[in-house]
Amino acid sequence: MTIEIANTKVIDQYIRQDRMPHIWCPGCGIGTVLHALIRSLVKGGYDMDKVAMVSGIGCTARAAGYVKMDSFHTTHGRALPFATGLKLANPDLKVILFSGDGDLVSIGGNHFIHAARRNMDITVICVNNFNYGMTGGQMGPTTPTGARTSTSRSGNYEPSFSIPALAAASGAVYVARWTCLHLRQLENSISEALTRKGFSLVEAISPCPTVYGRLNKQPTGLDQMKYYQTASSVENGADPMKVGIELNGKITCGKFVDIERPSYLEMAGFDKETR
Amino acid sequence: MNYWRKPLDRDKVKPGDFEVHILKDRCKGCRFCIDFCPRQVLRDSDDLNTKGYRPAAADPAKQCINCGFCVIVCPEFAVSVAMRLEKEPNV
Repeated sequence: MTIEIANTKVIDQYIRQDRMPHIWCPGCGIGTVLHALIRSLVKGGYDMDKVAMVSGIGCTARAAGYVKMDSFHTTHGRALPFATGLKLANPDLKVILFSGDGDLVSIGGNHFIHAARRNMDITVICVNNFNYGMTGGQMGPTTPTGARTSTSRSGNYEPSFSIPALAAASGAVYVARWTCLHLRQLENSISEALTRKGFSLVEAISPCPTVYGRLNKQPTGLDQMKYYQTASSVENGADPMKVGIELNGKITCGKFVDIERPSYLEMAGFDKETR
Repeated sequence: MNYWRKPLDRDKVKPGDFEVHILKDRCKGCRFCIDFCPRQVLRDSDDLNTKGYRPAAADPAKQCINCGFCVIVCPEFAVSVAMRLEKEPNV
């Protein structure tokens, strides 16, 4: 009897092998979220020539250089304007914005609310690690109150942003939040977000052990994953205004908003135009 | 008294024979796959890789059930699960 081994590894066709291993720290969850995105693209059967990935600056934004599709690495916080321009210039493209919280809602916060208000046809995947990871773990608008970072050594005293609340209030049509441990749900959620017309946001909470977890009693990525395992609860349809995250507190996951609203391209009549 | 039933096709259907493959030099030793494996198939390797990390390694004595969680949780794209196919010998 002969034994043959059937390998099931498909991810290697969609990432740039020559750039591996990537720069992300051991225990970081960005690779996991990128894996979920690629799986949903493969599952949805999208033509990779018709998919463009836009990202800004930061740890998460390095993902644009690691995927084997058209990608666009833009300036800090300005990923959404570039993605908007890309979508308007070529409406046939499927534009995916893969960036971090520091890029999307801190530096690019104004672009974020206006892209959501216009209901641009962009799928946004926001990897939230609660700080500015690449520059050394500075405190940002998403840092929970009380968290210690390199610029808030005795605890952050500012109230923090809740990304689902911001997106829902600005008019996004699809808002969901998952952690790096809810991987099947994250994949399904990204698949759903890719099919929606308009501004759809999936927030993925990711461990950042090197510069954030180490100062907040979660020194390894595994500790942060264990925290997600114990502290998270799935509440689909929860009120996005009530899903804020406190330091070491409960994480509410789920699909919060799924509505229909005319998108920017429909309002502007791009659909009718023959190109 | 048992409250569960035996599947009717229990004799015919066999669970596949799966094995976990890890690209040793891509692993950074975050231990996500080791701790979240439902069958404890993975463990720390005995030696270090070229970057100085201690990679995960599959324990050949344990049977993988192909839940696929190690594949999707790996941030380094280093894990894959393969199935051993049993072929009829060529006569």
